[in-house]
Formats: sequence, C-alpha cells, structure tokens
Amino acid sequence: MYIRATGNISPQKTFGHLSFLNEPVVYHGNRLACIEPDYKELIDVKLIRRMSRIIRMGVAAAKECLLEAGVKMPDAIITGTAYGCMEDTGVFLTRMVEFNEELLTPTAFIQSTHNTIGAQIGLILQCNNYNNAFVHRGFSFESALLDGMMLLKEKEAENVLVGAVDEITNISHTILNRMGLYKQGPVSNLALFKTTVIPARLSGSEAGTKGTIAGEGASFFLLANEPSDTDYAKLDALATFYKPKGIPEIEDQILSFLNHHSITCNDIELVITGKNGDNRSDQIFDQLAQSIFSKNQTVNYKNLCGEYPTSSAFALWMAAHIIKSETIPEILEYGGPVEKKIKRILIYNHYQGIHHSLFLISTC
Amino acid sequence: MSQSVFVAGTGAISAIGNNVAECLCALENGQAGMGKMFFSNSAHQEKIPVAEVKLDNDDLAQLAALPATKSRTALLSMIAAREAINNAGIENFAEWRSGFISANSVGGMDKTEKFFTEFLADNQNGKLRDVVHHECGSVTELVADGLGIKNYITTISTACSSSANSIFFGARLIKNNILDVVVAGGADAITKFTLNGFNTLMILDDDFCQPFDEHRSGLNLGEGAGYIVLVSEKVAASLKKKPDVMLSGYCNANDAYHQTASSPDGTGSFLAMSGALKKSGLQPADIDYINLHGTGTLNNDLSEGTAIKRLFHPHYPKMSSTKGFTGHTLGASGGIEAVFSVLSLLYGIIYPNLRLQTPMKELPFIPVTDFIKNAPVKHVLTNSFGFGGNCSSLIFSKL
Amino acid sequence: MDKLIADLKTQIIAQLNLQDIKPEDIGDDQPLFVEGLGLDSIDALELIVLLQQQYKIKLSNADEGPKVFRSVKTMAEYITAHQSRNV
Repeated sequence: MYIRATGNISPQKTFGHLSFLNEPVVYHGNRLACIEPDYKELIDVKLIRRMSRIIRMGVAAAKECLLEAGVKMPDAIITGTAYGCMEDTGVFLTRMVEFNEELLTPTAFIQSTHNTIGAQIGLILQCNNYNNAFVHRGFSFESALLDGMMLLKEKEAENVLVGAVDEITNISHTILNRMGLYKQGPVSNLALFKTTVIPARLSGSEAGTKGTIAGEGASFFLLANEPSDTDYAKLDALATFYKPKGIPEIEDQILSFLNHHSITCNDIELVITGKNGDNRSDQIFDQLAQSIFSKNQTVNYKNLCGEYPTSSAFALWMAAHIIKSETIPEILEYGGPVEKKIKRILIYNHYQGIHHSLFLISTC
Repeated sequence: MSQSVFVAGTGAISAIGNNVAECLCALENGQAGMGKMFFSNSAHQEKIPVAEVKLDNDDLAQLAALPATKSRTALLSMIAAREAINNAGIENFAEWRSGFISANSVGGMDKTEKFFTEFLADNQNGKLRDVVHHECGSVTELVADGLGIKNYITTISTACSSSANSIFFGARLIKNNILDVVVAGGADAITKFTLNGFNTLMILDDDFCQPFDEHRSGLNLGEGAGYIVLVSEKVAASLKKKPDVMLSGYCNANDAYHQTASSPDGTGSFLAMSGALKKSGLQPADIDYINLHGTGTLNNDLSEGTAIKRLFHPHYPKMSSTKGFTGHTLGASGGIEAVFSVLSLLYGIIYPNLRLQTPMKELPFIPVTDFIKNAPVKHVLTNSFGFGGNCSSLIFSKL
Repeated sequence: MDKLIADLKTQIIAQLNLQDIKPEDIGDDQPLFVEGLGLDSIDALELIVLLQQQYKIKLSNADEGPKVFRSVKTMAEYITAHQSRNV
C-alpha cells in the first residue's frame, strides 16, 4: 500500500507543501493552535458558512491531499476524530442551557455530528462511495486507517482517502486542563523534552514535570494499491494494542509486530516516538530507549503538534515526508549519521498509556 | 478472505423490552414502547412523546453491574452486549481473538449536559467524573473492559447508520483474519441534546409516529442497544449450537445530497441496497423481508420508498418498519434492527408496521400490518440511513 | 417598513452566516430560496428561529414557511401584520 499524497494542517507550517519543517513555530504556554489557510481560496464561500472551524480544517486538508494525488473522486472517505466537532457541540449545549431549550437553531446541532467532516467532503465531491467515521479516542485515526487498508486489500477500493481531525476549543481546553493533562507554569513547545530528565535509575525518582501541551490538527492521506511515480512511501503495517499491563508486554507487542514482518529493530533506521513531555507517560519511551530501542535513532514529534488523541496522523505525515525528501528536519534533533538513507521508519505512540499504536513505513 | 461470517448470538434492550425475549413478545403483541417522557427533565416533557427503556438508571446499573453514576448509554450498551455474548455461548471465549465494535451518536452526553449547566455558571464547577465518558469511544471502553474484550476495540459514529456500519466492519475484521469473534452493534440513550437537536429540525412527531403512512409527520426518538456476536467459520464449527444465520451482504454508500435530508430519488439508499445484494450474490427477488429504516419523517420514507421501488419493482418483498415499536434509536437502530432481522430468520416471523392507516400514494407497495408467523424467511435486508447521507444496508441469510 | 427590511437583511446575514454578502446585495423582492440567494431547508429553520428571537413571532405552521420566507419583503410584511396583532 502506497501513501500517494498528504494534506496537513497543524500548529507548524505544514499546509501548502512549504519547506519541510524548516521554520519551526514556537509556542509559549500549554496550547498550540493550527496555522490555518485562507479557506475562501479552497472552499466555495456558500459552503464555508455551513462549516465550523474543524470542518474547514478537515475539508481543506483533504482537498490538498486529493489535489496532490490527482484524484477527483476517491473510492472511499474515512475519517477519525476523538472529540468530534466540539465547537458546535459547545455552542448547542450553551444555548440549550442559557435559553432553557427554547430558540435553538439546527445548524450547530447538525454540524456537531461526528461524521460531518467526512460527509462534507463527500458532499463537495459529490462522492457516493464508502464513507465512514471512527470516534474512538487514541484509536480514532488507527481505526480509520485500518478500515482503509482492509478496503484496499479486499479490492473494494483502488484508492482511499483517510484522515484524522481534532480541535481544541476554549471549553475543551479548560476541562482537560482541570483534569490535569497539561503543564502549568511557563513552557515552550520546542523546549518540551528538556523538561523531562531521563534519570540514571529507572524507577522511583520524580524526574521532569507532569503534564503535556495541547495540540490539534487535520491530516489526510491518499492510500493506493498500485504504486505511482510520486508516492511518498509504502505503508507496510499497522498494529494497535490496548491497556498493556507493563513494559514487558509493550516490548513483546513491538517485537512481535516486527517479527511478523520478518524484521528486527536493527532493520529500522529511524524510530519516531510519541513522547509528550509528561514524565508520567514518557517513562515508557524512556525505558524502551534503554531496552529494545537502545541501538536505534529516535526522534519525537509532539513538541511540534502538541498532544491530542489523533496526533499519530501527524507522525505518519512526518514519516512519509522524511522518506520521500530523504531529509530529517533539524528541529527533530536526529543524532544519527547524516549520510545514512532512511529506508524504514517505525512509529510507536501511545495515548495516556491506554491506546498504543505501531506504524511501519518504508521507501517505495 | 471469502470465509463466511456467522451470527452466534443476539442481545437487545429497547422501549419494548429489556432483553430479546421481552422485545419479541411485544413485537408479537403489537405493544409499542412510546409514551410521555418520564426519565428526562426536559422542558419538552409534556409535548414530545419518546420511546424510553422502562428502567431508571439505578435499575439499569444493577442489570449492567456498573455503577449508576455511569452514562445511561454505557449501561444500555453493557446489558445488550452481555446478553449477546451469553446467548452465543462460546465456552472458550478467552482463547479467541475477540473484538468489540460499538457505535453511539453522542457518547456520554447525558452526563455532559448535567456538567454543562454548572460549568457555564463557573468554569471551575461541574463534576469532572461527569465528562470523563463524554467521548463516544469512552463509553465503548467502559463496556469492553467489563466484558473482558481487548484485542480490538473501536467506535463508529455516523449518526443513524452507526451500528449497521459497526456490524459489517466487525465482519470484515473476521474476513481479513484479524479477529475470530466480534461483538458488534450500538447503543444510544435519549439526551436533552439529541431531543432538542431533532426538535430544531422539526422532524419529531408530537404524536406516535406512523412510518410509511401518507399522513406521517415525523419520528419519535427512542433509546436502547442492540448487539450481535459474529464468528468465523472456525469458531462456528466449534460451537455446540451451530449458528445457521450468516451476514451475507453489506454495503455503505453516500447520498451526497444534503447534510440532513435524503435525495428525492433515494440515490444513497438505492446504492446501499444494491451494493448489499451484489455482495451477497442475491437478486432483489430473493429477499423475503425488508426491515425498513422507516423513521416516519416525510423525507426518509419517501426517499427510501422510492429507492425500493427502483430496485425491487415488480417483486416487492414483505416489509415493515419496527420504529413504530421502538422509536428511532439513532446509534442503536442498526444494531437493534439487525437483531430483529436475525430473529426473523431464526423464527420465521415478520413484524407489523404499526399505525399504518393510509398507504403512501407515491409507492406501489404497502408494508405489512400484521405479525406473521411461519413465514418462509431465508434472506432479510435491513436498512439504516443517517445524517451526512450515510446509507448502510445489511443482508442476513439462513443456511 | 424600510427600516424593518434593512434590519432583516442584516439579521439574515448574521443568522445564516452568509459570509461575503452585504445587505445591499440582497434585493427586497429577490427570491431567498432555491434561486436568488439559494437558501435551503436548514436555513428555513434558522429563519423560523430568527422570527421568534427578534420579533417574538412564532410561525404557527411550518407549511407557511415557503410563503412567508419567499423574499425579505414578504418576511417584513408578515412581521408587520403579526406584530400589530400582538400589540
């Protein structure tokens, strides 16, 4: 399966195929926000009015992807979102409470339905093909991707548009902040990993600080069965596992995954991990860096896009671009030999220690 | 990859019964579940009839063996999912690769609404535990954890077609040799959010709904949960009670017409039904019964009816909407109606389309209005059509 | 009536999130639905709420919608007729 095209709106300058993460954007505080294009240039004004921000982000990223792929009508449109259309949900709930269920308008309600992003893409393209939406926390993107991969394998589709979108709103940020997800006090995204110190001993000490930084994004991919001249990379495999009992099980899952594809850690030139600066959840990555990944070059990505349940889509975008461009952006602080070609990348991420995912991609 | 997927168990809870047997009894006796709103403290309590499950959260929690502080959606989901698993009677369940593919439309919104009232007054107010399960996926995990399923868990949310999509996604996971056993379906509880949302669309009937009637004037919201247990050929062969119903066809298509309304010529519905037939290798004339989406809205019933006319003319099978009994259970409707479809095959029964007084003038067929027993039912088609033009059809067949 | 029509145009633009349209772009007699402004069924529901919210008028029957909302002028006429009855 080939990643033929991508479209990505994120807190970095990723939309519009600018230089690959050459000008990293700095944020201060625990909330990153997407750098958004002028939607009027991409979407008919008459349609924009029916789209709240998250829908615009999704539609724009999807359109960019399809344009790059040269595909007018994908055989399937599959989206993943953990929170759905939060702004609209908030608007409708607020009015419902403030006006005691009177004088409510339908637009916010309709737009709050979780499959609206994919539905709007389908509507704009007049696409009658398969259209599905997964709304499952840290597995939302992975489920959408698996659905797309199965369609390709089943030959029900020759190409599939798969993407993930999540937004952060004032309301959601306030609530998640109250839940203790985010860093308090001064923090800068590009210094995120410097707040977590890898201890010499692996247990006991309270090294680093708690909390991460909030992120958001809309990342789309056009996957195809047949190769083309302009593909980014091959998507070799995807696996997920849920609530593993501890490090040994995580190591086991990762090694079995690689073994199933007849490779070992030695065959991976680059590992992308989902460290997020929260010392509670980064422990897993720190320990793996000492064990199964001890001989691997590892880079992280959540200092660029922040933490959100579908951030692995950003990681996949980044991996695809690393393979195609044959460069690794300086901001990733890759410590390996510069001349070594990256032929195979493993992405390993987890969300809150509950949702773990593995992606294997390689050169075409 | 072309292995068959069998249905080994069913579970359901709705306004007409707290389990499959009770639902069947009500279906046979023509006992619909709609009435005045009881469990909600909505401002519309007096005006809008709904089809609520007849148990409060404390009773549901007891049945579900979950705390009563959890979302009603989770409680309903757990009850039906566990019934399905027990019904399947897979003795060595833990040895198989199992999955839980659920669906819901608004997650734990019943709790979120409660939180929001306090939160709006002061954003440091409101109990966080009330929003912990706000997300659709969180409700699913609550149930998956209780059922001990962890190989694969996910949630689909495509409005009213959600649990139909869950079911055939689950089947495909088996066909692709990723899982051996899948509990698939969906759940939804009535929430003020949903009630008010549908009210703003002016598609609620202020009386009991009349699907496919010329004078229909909207839907009644319902709630509940419905799950089926799908198994691979290998698992089926190992069971004492050999399943003889399979999921033989499925298809999802998009109407691509409007955000909420269905196209006049029923494009999405037509494509979903014909795609499901193509997948099953059946002809329209092979279908013995259609469980209609049949919400009772002016738009859906005409659109769906038109699509049926285009596809089935002149061999119209018997058909009915069971939403006249259960109301429209949104994210659960595909699942509950899949259960009814499987039961139709197992027992040779066809359900009546309630409160049909005047057939629709545009359609050359009339849904059945009596409960039919000893019906030669071999293939059943069930439709679920949702907002965003999301249209899904499933076909169940008896061996 | 002129002030009402002018107010209505501004309110419609706001309620329906009609970006890039100014009040002067909407003709008094211009059809609002299907042709003209090209509004749809969801917009009709929004306009029903607008009538209630801004003018305290509840459309007694949704079927009246197409007639009442045919143009800004017909909306203004309906409002004027019903407001004087309410007083």
